Amino acid sequence: MNLFVEIFYFAAAVLFIIGLKQMSSPVNARRGIIWAGVGMALATLITFVHPHVNSNYILILLGIGIGGGLAWKTGKEVAMTDMPQMIALYNGMGGGAAAAIAAVELIKQEPMSLTIQLMAVSGALIGAIAFSGSLIAYGKLQGIKQLRKPTRFKHQQRINAGVFIVAAWMALGIATSGTDYGMFTLFLFFALALAFGVMMTLPIGGADMPVVISLYNAFTGLAVGFEGFVLETPAMMIAGIVVGSAGTLLTQLMAKAMNRPISNVLFSNFGDTTGEAQAVSGSMKAIESPDAAIMMAFAEKVIIVPGYGMAVAQAQHKVWEMTKQLQERGVTVKFAIHPVAGRMPGHMNVLLAEAGVPYDIIYDLDEINEEFKTADVVLVIGANDVVNPAARTDPNSPIYGMPILNADYARNVIVVKRGQGAGFSGIENHLFFADNCRMLYGDGQAVANELVSDMKSL
Amino acid sequence: MEGFIPLYIFMLAAFTGYEVISKVPVILHTPLMSGSNFVHGIVLVGAMVALGQAESFMETLIGFIAVVLAAGNAVGGYVVTERMLEMFKSSKGGSKP
Repeated sequence: MNLFVEIFYFAAAVLFIIGLKQMSSPVNARRGIIWAGVGMALATLITFVHPHVNSNYILILLGIGIGGGLAWKTGKEVAMTDMPQMIALYNGMGGGAAAAIAAVELIKQEPMSLTIQLMAVSGALIGAIAFSGSLIAYGKLQGIKQLRKPTRFKHQQRINAGVFIVAAWMALGIATSGTDYGMFTLFLFFALALAFGVMMTLPIGGADMPVVISLYNAFTGLAVGFEGFVLETPAMMIAGIVVGSAGTLLTQLMAKAMNRPISNVLFSNFGDTTGEAQAVSGSMKAIESPDAAIMMAFAEKVIIVPGYGMAVAQAQHKVWEMTKQLQERGVTVKFAIHPVAGRMPGHMNVLLAEAGVPYDIIYDLDEINEEFKTADVVLVIGANDVVNPAARTDPNSPIYGMPILNADYARNVIVVKRGQGAGFSGIENHLFFADNCRMLYGDGQAVANELVSDMKSL
Repeated sequence: MEGFIPLYIFMLAAFTGYEVISKVPVILHTPLMSGSNFVHGIVLVGAMVALGQAESFMETLIGFIAVVLAAGNAVGGYVVTERMLEMFKSSKGGSKP
């Protein structure tokens, strides 16, 4: 291979690793993505003089223009709250690209070594699953009606396993048959792999999507890495495998935060409990905005627990305004973020950052859980399962064992909620019925707005 | 590339990925997922090579699809990650202790 090309690819691989490293610290995260971006630009440009690229230049430019242009536009326009599904979509495109590369290589039916051929079909299988799976995940988060409810039917896991085994078996058959496989076999293999991605994602509920998207991100990385071996492009191998393993770690961290093994998320029976959940005693007690405002304004320490409801209501700016009001009055305000609050880990942090909340008053579950005991008021805004004490007390609850924010230990809890119904997961929240808990009904943004004006008039 | 060399690359890259993000704070999970999503946009290079040597109609068509998808991955991944990270700032301008 051309020396120049090699040097540029090498530089790109180094820049990607440095970029990822920097992205794991908030101080220089921004620099990290720029480094990685430079690496990508270098690698893309030099590929035009790659010795194997000798035709279709116009088509290449056109393809980059179409794909890049659309992604640029959608990426710039998407609201921060819709970020998770956008990531799912872009990730799916990457997986699809990896599978398509494999398809091009396999259609040629040129002889490859057994190892390379195995890499090609593995990348195709994983990439195709990541592609169709991510699209379904996108649809679920985007709220497309037919996809929102998890689809479940009898023997589903067995049928899914069957489809996967057949697809994997065909992959193995293609890889070991040299150039002796038919086009129809190839077509059927891709169709099955794509179908499996859909079938695997359909039964998973929206609350588990973060873990699933992260997993597909790792899948795509792996698929890209495998195709890198096929095309003998080290930059692709390294970047792909690094993302594959980093993504796997991230998936584990997320699953750990939910206290559910990944296998449980994927082949789960979320909501299928063995016993009857404990009945809730007590009743929900409402509170009006002025009273809530007084309660917080004269408190010493207030902890705010945001959840997806805040994101949906776009209330983060108002919440920050309210926080500043409280701070001016000398109230200590802290934000407590559950690892899986929102639809992605860190989703809440991104939204709060968007509103201008400095990250040093935002705390993780481990950092803040002891502090709830000393808090005068906890304001739960749009969060539900992550503060449900049933996770500690009720072995029959589907979320039993999940680490939660101990909001119920605080002197007073105010829950901002749209209505009385159960939340996204459909699990009754015992906190709402507790004696120290008051419900403040209304849309997150409207409520935060009212609280701000009530505080001003105090 | 012959013999075990690809396997060594695979292993070292896997450990690197694991180590590089092992100390990431929760607040950066989403941007990091998005950032790693951008990094596998390098698949664009592969897609360009695949299309650049495609001959039959079928190869060209699928290669073209690969380039469109891969460019979407790379550009979209960059834009959203950059937008997210742009917003991170501290009240004191320093880092969290």
